[in-house]
This record gives sequence, structure tokens and C-alpha cells, in this order.
Amino acid sequence: MSSESKFGEYGGQYVPEALMPAIEELTDAYERYVLDNEEGFMDEFRERLRDFGGRPTPLQRADRLSERYDREVYLKREDLLHGGAHKLNNALGQVLLAKYMGKERIVAETGAGQHGTATAMACAYLDVDCEIYMGRTDINRQRPNVFRMRLHDAAVNPVDIGSGTLKEAINETMRDWATNVEDTHYVIGSIVGPHPFPRMVRDFQSVISEEAREQIREKAGRLPDSVVACAGGGSNTMGTFHEFVGDESVDLVAVEAGGSALTIDEENGLAPHSASLSTGEDGVLHGARTKLLQNPDGQILESHSVSAGLDYSGVGPELAYLADEGRVTPVNVGDDAALEAFHRLSKTEGIIPALESSHALAYLEEAALGDTRDELGDLVVVNVSGRGDKDLDTVIEESDKRDLDAAPSMEVFEHGE
Amino acid sequence: MGSEIRDAFADEPALVSYVAAGDPDAESTKEYVRALVRGGTDVVELGLPFSEPIAEGPTIQQAIRRALDAGMTPDRYFDLVAELRDEVDVPLVCMTYYNLIYQYEGSEAQSASNASGETASEGPEPFVEAAAEAGISGIIVPDLPVDESDPLKEACEAHGLDLIFIVAPTTTDERLGRMLDRASGFVYVQGRLGTTGARSDVSDDTHGSLDRLAETDLPKAVGFGISERDHAREIVAGGADGIIVGSAFVDIVAEQEETADLLEAKARELKRGALDGATEVPEPESK
Repeated sequence: MSSESKFGEYGGQYVPEALMPAIEELTDAYERYVLDNEEGFMDEFRERLRDFGGRPTPLQRADRLSERYDREVYLKREDLLHGGAHKLNNALGQVLLAKYMGKERIVAETGAGQHGTATAMACAYLDVDCEIYMGRTDINRQRPNVFRMRLHDAAVNPVDIGSGTLKEAINETMRDWATNVEDTHYVIGSIVGPHPFPRMVRDFQSVISEEAREQIREKAGRLPDSVVACAGGGSNTMGTFHEFVGDESVDLVAVEAGGSALTIDEENGLAPHSASLSTGEDGVLHGARTKLLQNPDGQILESHSVSAGLDYSGVGPELAYLADEGRVTPVNVGDDAALEAFHRLSKTEGIIPALESSHALAYLEEAALGDTRDELGDLVVVNVSGRGDKDLDTVIEESDKRDLDAAPSMEVFEHGE
Repeated sequence: MGSEIRDAFADEPALVSYVAAGDPDAESTKEYVRALVRGGTDVVELGLPFSEPIAEGPTIQQAIRRALDAGMTPDRYFDLVAELRDEVDVPLVCMTYYNLIYQYEGSEAQSASNASGETASEGPEPFVEAAAEAGISGIIVPDLPVDESDPLKEACEAHGLDLIFIVAPTTTDERLGRMLDRASGFVYVQGRLGTTGARSDVSDDTHGSLDRLAETDLPKAVGFGISERDHAREIVAGGADGIIVGSAFVDIVAEQEETADLLEAKARELKRGALDGATEVPEPESK
């Protein structure tokens, strides 16, 4: 086993024995193809990301946000990646790796549907069979993505257990993998799971920070004061941070979903938020030791966020480690602030951001204009991890529920009836 | 090292029976365990429910959900074990997931006696200590492969508990060697890939795994998918020292009708199958 299976005390390989040989095989493939570029794997990956994915994505100065916050704000436009989210970086990397390993079948789980869509897309592109597990609740709130997966000829399997969100979908995908491990690769969608997934997914996603670091130096002539990214499991977070981790002058801010409150409802086993990095306790889930939302006995709590993509009870072990070390600052914003940020960016910059990314943008508002101490500095990079088309149903419903001033009036339609 | 669990395999093929503790409530679990022992169960595997049971199929997932909904916790589990220990004389094995073991900080009384009163050191020691005190003889943790098992193995040795490892059809010889270096009690042979759940046949994987373990000194018990007398017979005839049955019992528990009688009858049927299997083979290789 590789000696690098842990980040400090976090990480490891806590999975059923039936999966361990597959994980050893994957670790070997990761070290050879990804780390050592054997058979030119990484060259092919980069080329496909460019030609199929549309990389590099732009780093765009957000003029009106810069004015509003009285500093330079740059947006890393992962929403412009093929498929509309950063998820393709990892999905393409893993599906290609599975092909190099001779696996014939891909399984994956998805929360918001972005990872499922990206995996289905990569499988269609690279001609591999694909099955996606998705919680019933998420299927209901992310219908366009379900249809997109089907368009790419992936099977979508609803998961009815528990709250029907990402946690349950991961359990079910692990079960499928344990049954079909010999010819199947599990494309984990975030920097979670047993080693080597957290490192491998981060490596595939770190193209975001590689580009952003170069682009900001070109455009602003220096490194940013802070880099802000939303954090659910943490793949766009680590992708956005990785190349900046060594730059000690750059603050790395991970924005979690504060949901409706930061409390815990122990009676019902619910956390009305998904802020495992800020509030979670050390534990073992889905193959790794990390920070988790759990009760004192160690039972995992159901999480909540208005954003399906952030709605997860754990977080990647590397982020847990970097937060403990003080290198990454975990913060959180609630559902309401995220919805307002969604409308703000749509209105002021002509970009409809994913609800995940809206959390990062909401923190910008809080840090620059709110009561919290302003720690962002004069030059800020925010990752727009994905576009918000998939979230429109949720945004309409949730804005309506809140009578949100920022939401556009739909009167023009009502009159037309 | 002689262990109570190992002794349970000494004379004849053993029946290891699983139920989820607290499904549907603690009192019923005691009644069910008594019935299983009357039916010939030699070792009881008592599941401590965890909210994310990734190695289980639908039958046991639902049992775990029922038990959690009825309020089962690690401390209540240990109370249940202590009470059962007074009533049955077969070894009790705790089957659970690592997070519960890792998180356990001792009962409230124990925690209060800590000078800090806050968090005890994290790790498996308090759990194993409490398990040993309650009367648990061994532990099975499906999400703890041999690679991560050092702290738990150490704690189990300190408290005289067996740590039982699961050998999968995919397990390589190199891994098998490492597992056997650490295993005690018995070797849990996973009869097929996938999750737990009753099946209608015996997988070829079972025979392959038993062949690979033929020279092993520890008793070998096969689980995953056994539900009928014939499966039990075939598996024991194939060289197993015992069978592990879970979902077939949990299915009966889920029905909630004449449960104890049906459990006893099912255990008897399976035990008889195992005994039949033992007569079909020549004397097992000398141990």
C-alpha cells in the first residue's frame, strides 16, 4: 500500500475487504498513469480536456462586483467547461483511467446531478457502459440533469433509502461496486472515499488552480490575496486551492452550506446544514477518516442545503487536514444568502451560477459588506464551479417561498395567460 | 490461543446466527437469540446498528433501520449483551462498522470519571473495553480491512477478544497471508461478491475460497447468501467448519409472526444441513 494514503490522521482505506484488491489495483494505476504519466496518460487526458472539455476556462474580471466590493474580483469560469461544471475534469480523468485499466463498466453516484452528468458524458465520449445512482429526493429536484444523463445513454438508478440524497447514493454505489468489482470502476465524484480517490480526484481537478494561478499573474501581475471556493465534498475546493497551498500569502477560504441553521436536531438525526468542515467531528465514513456530521454515538446525521451539490455529511480528508493546520479557513453561509447571491450574479454580471457556487459568492458579500471582519484583501479569485441552469426549478420555488426581493418578478407571464 | 469462539467449532460444524440488536426492540432480540440457541446456534453474531451499513443488502439494511428507529445505541447494546450473557451460554460476537467503535467514549458514568470530563482519546480502546465487560467474545468490522486494523487488534488483544477478518473471493494471496497472521476466533469466508442477503444457490467462489484456506489452522465459516439446509450441507461438505446465516433469520424477524418459533425451526434446519455435510466428507485434515 502506498505510504501516502493519509493526510495527517485523515484519509486511509476503510472499505469492505472485497474492494481492497480493486483499490490496490487502482492505487497502482494512479501512481503509474497519473503520477508517472505512463503511456502518456496525462498527455492524453490534458488533450481531451482541451478538445472535448474546452479548457482552459477563462479567468474573468467581474467589473460590477469589483465596484460593489471596492476591490478586484476575478471569477474562474468553470461554468464554461463542457457540461457546465468543473465535474468533467475528474469524470474524464477517471473514465479514461478505467479504460487504461481495462475496466468495462462505470458506476457513479451523484447529488446535484452534475457529477452524474459529467460521468455519463465522459462515458458516452469514451464508449464505456455507465450506471448512475441518485437519491430520490435529488432526482426530484434535479430533473434536467437526470434527463441529460439518460440522453448520454446512462442508466439512472433511484435510491429510496434514508433522505434520498448523496450519502445514500454513495452507499448504494459502493454496494454495486462490491458486487461487480472485477470489471467495474467506481468514479467517485469528490475528494472523498478511500485512498487513492481523494488524491486522484484532487489531481484531476487541480487544473483549475494551475490555470487560475497563471491567469491571475498575467492579468493582475501578482498572486491574489485570497481564493474563495464553495465546499461540499470538496472537489472544486481542492481543485481551486491546490496550486496555491504553497503560496503562504494567499488565504484559502472554503465556503460551506450553512443551510437554515448551524444547529443539530439530534432527536431526528438531522443537521439542517452541511458544514462538516466547520462543525463536524472526526470519524470514519465512506472509506476515509475525516470530519463528519454525526451524533455522539457516531451515527451519521442527514445533512441539508438548498444546493443538492453541497448536501453531504462529510468532507474530503485533505480539506479536514488543511483546516486543522490552519491553511484553509472554513466559513459558511446560509440558504437565504446563497439564493440572493444567485440572483445578484445573474443580474449584475450576466452569469447564472450554480447554487453551489452561489455560496462562495454569498461569502464575498458577507466578508466585504457584512459584519464579519474583512479578510479577503484587495485581489480575490472566486471559483464559479458550475452554471445554474440545473437549479432553476429549485431557485424559483425557494425564492417564491421566501418572497425574495432579489428574485425577478414573473408578472409578465401571468398577464399573458 | 484458545478462545471461546474457536471452541464453539471444536466438535461439530458450527452454526453462526446473525440478528440486528434492537430489531424491532431489545426485549424481542433477547427472545430471538434464545430461540436461535435452542435451534442449535453455536455462536451469535449480534449486529450493532450503524446508519451507513455499506456491506449489507436490503434485508439487513432495513433491520438496522428498524433498530435505530427503536432507539438502539452502543450503550443500550452493551446492556442487552450483558443481559443475554446471563441467559445463553454461547459466545456473542459484535458485528458493527468502524465509526461506532472509533467514536465510543464509554458510558456516561465512565466519561464522568475522566478528569477532563470532555472528550476521551479517540480510538477503539473504550469500545473494546466496554464490549469485553458486557461479555462480547469477538468483533467483526466489515469496513475495516487488515490494513487499518492495528489499533483495534491491539485493543482486542488487551481485552481478550477475537478479531475476526472477512476473506473475500477477490482477496489476493498476499492479503490473505496478512489477514491470517492477525485473525483469531474463526475466519469469515465471504461466499460471494456483493452484499449480504439470502440467495438460492451456493456460489463457486465459496469452493474456491475454501480450497485456498484448506491449510489454515483456524475454523472457517462461510457467510453471505446461505438460507437453506442444502446450502449448509454443501458448504460444510466443501470443507467449511461452519456457516454464518443472517438475512434468512432477519427475514423471519421482519415478518413479526410466530417469530421465535420460526427462528428456532430455521436454525434447526440449517444446523441439520451442516451436520449432514460433515458426514459427507472424510475426516478433515489434521489440525
